[in-house]
Amino acid sequence: MSKFKKKKKGLPAISTASLPDIVFMLLFFFMVSTTMRETDLLIKKPALPTASEVKKLEQKSLVSTIYVGKSKDARISGDKIQVNDKIIDVKDVPSFIFSERALRKEEEVKYMTTSIKADKEANVGTILDIKEQLRDINALKISFSTTKGNDLKGNY
Amino acid sequence: MARRENSEINAGSMADIAFLLLIFFLVTTTMDVDSGIARKLPEKSPIDNPDVIVKQKNVFDITVNRNNQILIEGEQYVKVTDIKRLAMDFIDNGGGVGNSIGDKPGEPCDYCNGAKDPLSSDHPSKAIISLQSDRGTTYGMYVSIQNEIEAAYNELRNKLALKLYGRSYDAILSDYKDNATESLKVKIDNLKDKYPQIISEPEPIK
Repeated sequence: MSKFKKKKKGLPAISTASLPDIVFMLLFFFMVSTTMRETDLLIKKPALPTASEVKKLEQKSLVSTIYVGKSKDARISGDKIQVNDKIIDVKDVPSFIFSERALRKEEEVKYMTTSIKADKEANVGTILDIKEQLRDINALKISFSTTKGNDLKGNY
Repeated sequence: MARRENSEINAGSMADIAFLLLIFFLVTTTMDVDSGIARKLPEKSPIDNPDVIVKQKNVFDITVNRNNQILIEGEQYVKVTDIKRLAMDFIDNGGGVGNSIGDKPGEPCDYCNGAKDPLSSDHPSKAIISLQSDRGTTYGMYVSIQNEIEAAYNELRNKLALKLYGRSYDAILSDYKDNATESLKVKIDNLKDKYPQIISEPEPIK
């Protein structure tokens, strides 16, 4: 009789043998699709303007980024410029570009792009000052960083 | 003590290790793709450079003040969204002859679809867009105007590309990115040459 006796068993434990595989899959996905965070922002995170005619920046390694935005401290007014991990003056922009150039190979210098990530509330005066400085040292390729979208109403 | 054969490595902690790595990557990386409006700054001109004389009718004046109000050609108060159409009309006008190349005299624009108004620009290669901004203009407005100008050029190039090659300029550009062939490059250069971007940004108003 015992031959036909149903074995009483609780629920079998869910096999976790494939868990590492799943997690590794996720890990590889994130490793491939993301980029390293380079800088910690000292200024308030710039709210980028929207634009429809955007071009993707090619070759991330040749891009140097300049952030423009308000200070985190609400009492300090005016636009602040941040490069790498420090807040600088407009006059120091050329030395930043020179230090960026020094890190690249000589033949790559002419392909280097400066990406300006500025808050949409920032003053054009600050941006034009930066542009003037970049022009002085022949860093002519620039990109106004924007988010892609067709609704430009939020810009102004 | 008898050694057991093919004793398996305990893989139970593999998941923990992978999770740890996963969390590390989640924290230290970002996902944003950097995109933006690309611009090439003009080279610094030598001090003794003679002034270039440009006819007023070949210049499309956009002035924006610190209240983000836009004035076109010094007389017309417009919205940002109107700039694209006005700029296209201006660039594509083709009312005169283009730049003379070497000894050859300039030719009238045979691909323009504009009104051929003698009071507007002569030729796309002569049409200059001038963007005069105030120091107090917000950057968002500035980018919007730049975007509209870019859009005007892109649409004109698209139209011409469809007429000449049966494909839009954007499509040719993305083809070129996938497969960089010489013939595509010739097409792109030709389109850029037909509608060159000439944007001048004078000193901002203080």
